Amino acid sequence: MLENLLHKRDFYAGGIMTLMGAAVTLNSTTYNTGTLMHMGPGMFPFILGCVLTLIGVAILGSALVTPLGEDEHILPRNKEWLGWGLILAGPISFIIMGHFFGMAAATFSCVFISALGDRESTLKSSAVLALCITVPGCFLFTYVLQLPFPLFRWAI
Amino acid sequence: MISTALSDLWFGFGVALEPHNLMWCFVGVLVGNMVGVLPGMGPLATISILLPLTFGIKPVGAILMLAGVFYGAQYGGAICSILLNLPCHPPHAVTCLDGFPLTKQGRGGAALGITVISSFIGASWGITEMIFLSPVLVTVALKFGPAEICSLMLLGLLAGSTLARGSPLKGVAMTVCGLLIGIVGSDIETGTPRFTFGIPNLFDGVEIVALALGLFGIAEFMKSVNQLSEVDTKYTNVKFKDLRPTKDELRRAWPAMFRGTLVGSLCALIPGTGPTIASFIAYATEKKISKTPELFGTGMIEGVASPEASTHSSVQGDFIPTMSLGIPGDAVMALILGALMIQGIVPGPQLISEHPDIFWGLVASFWIGNIMLVVLNVPMIGLWVKLLTIPYRYLYPSALFFVCIGVYSTNNDMFQVGETIIIGLVGYLLLLLDFHPAPVLLGFVLGPRFEENFRRAMLISRGDILVFVKHPISAFFVSLCVILILAQVYVRLRKPKALASLDLKLATDAHAHDPTSRAPAE
Repeated sequence: MLENLLHKRDFYAGGIMTLMGAAVTLNSTTYNTGTLMHMGPGMFPFILGCVLTLIGVAILGSALVTPLGEDEHILPRNKEWLGWGLILAGPISFIIMGHFFGMAAATFSCVFISALGDRESTLKSSAVLALCITVPGCFLFTYVLQLPFPLFRWAI
Repeated sequence: MISTALSDLWFGFGVALEPHNLMWCFVGVLVGNMVGVLPGMGPLATISILLPLTFGIKPVGAILMLAGVFYGAQYGGAICSILLNLPCHPPHAVTCLDGFPLTKQGRGGAALGITVISSFIGASWGITEMIFLSPVLVTVALKFGPAEICSLMLLGLLAGSTLARGSPLKGVAMTVCGLLIGIVGSDIETGTPRFTFGIPNLFDGVEIVALALGLFGIAEFMKSVNQLSEVDTKYTNVKFKDLRPTKDELRRAWPAMFRGTLVGSLCALIPGTGPTIASFIAYATEKKISKTPELFGTGMIEGVASPEASTHSSVQGDFIPTMSLGIPGDAVMALILGALMIQGIVPGPQLISEHPDIFWGLVASFWIGNIMLVVLNVPMIGLWVKLLTIPYRYLYPSALFFVCIGVYSTNNDMFQVGETIIIGLVGYLLLLLDFHPAPVLLGFVLGPRFEENFRRAMLISRGDILVFVKHPISAFFVSLCVILILAQVYVRLRKPKALASLDLKLATDAHAHDPTSRAPAE
């Protein structure tokens, strides 16, 4: 029973919500809750935190009473660590490259890095795609929409 | 009443036919139709990507365009379902059941033709409903005090989170999370910074663009990367002349269209049900009243006409509570409300009288947009079909660029991009735990107004929490909430097995050929 519980998706789902609810409830008491008539900034989050905790407990409870489902794996069957990592790395590189070298470099690196996440992409196909996006993309945002983001900069 | 509605509508056509508004409407439906066809891109992600680009446009044009994306995507989604058996969009999942067998029999073109007709009929009815119903709702809603608004919002939030797919408990949990994210930032009344963790960039709150693009952009890409199978384009060779259905098909499809329209318009009146549920109910009804229910799933034209009509009538009907009460029924409507608020327009019952150009312009643009869509879809079907073959590996990196630059452009600040990445990662983890992120947006958009009205109601009633049941209208909404919760509990307790098998059936039916399964976000 108990070791079954540790395999259940709902156990973790409920657990996270309970913890989050409790954290919010505790945190909201640091603001002034006031009275029901004159509510302070802390009252509404306090109520929501309590509700979230209760729902978390209810999800946990439902995990307790339902039998173990067929597919309780939290991660999908084929794990795409590279794909997941690179999809997150693309925007991160956008921030870094954009901060130091400007929009063109940021766009290229964002598209290039995230495109590598697909199993069928190669270095070459990703670079070509990145180039095809960078040129019209930068033109659109710099000249048509006039976004205040320098196309090139050197800020090391 | 009819004459005022007609003169208002006339005014609306005047607004919608202004050249720049017409252009934005066209851009919207074009982009919508395109992303509807593309496997792996949804209207939610697209609207969130386009949202930052609308900051520079006038409010009317912005709303016409964003709304156009939404209903345009419904036309495109049907192509994807019928020709590829890929339920790219949840509302069209059920169209696959009979649409794809028809394609296999070589009648895919006719199915598409019927779809275009039923979509137009469904949409027209939805629009008519909006014209006559919205002013009525508004006259009622203008009399609401804070307590009534509060309990109405509660009802909207509950319906939006429990009636969507997946576990109702988890839906409510997501709504509460959305309400909490809406709290981040300075308190409206006292200015106290709440949940900002001392980061000055968070004092203004979380950007709706960052939230939407994290949840429906980055998280969705993480879910879909390397999971979409190569599309099978064996059947996609459809030409203009193939679209014409036979006399017999038309004769069978007509009544089904009207039944579907009716189901859709009824579903639109219940907040939170939306097009997905409407299409499933329409299909089930059609199967039930048919003389040959066993033939469904083998290519019945009724099984295509009815759900499509119902989807479109409910899509247009979804705008009724959003525009007239300021209460969105699903995440797309929440985004459109968010777009209005970014433009400095306060949503609510006063919207129609204060900004008649937006409301009536939108209504008129629905008709213009739907006509554009028919024109776009019929002769250009070959082009749309070609779009189906664009592989995902070109799609998501390009979309990620638009995500990054779009979020950056909201404040010209890289902090927002980082915010989006974190929200995306958390959103993906929640998806893995079977939480559907759509209600988060609902809670986020309604949160600040909900809190404001709650505080005001408590102040007026001198801290008496019973005010919500003492006022008759408010009590009515509260009792609806209670009924909703009790019905959910009853259904779960009474027939857990039947329900589980139904969920499973929906999932397997809809995603038989879609390896990304686990119900895509609504």
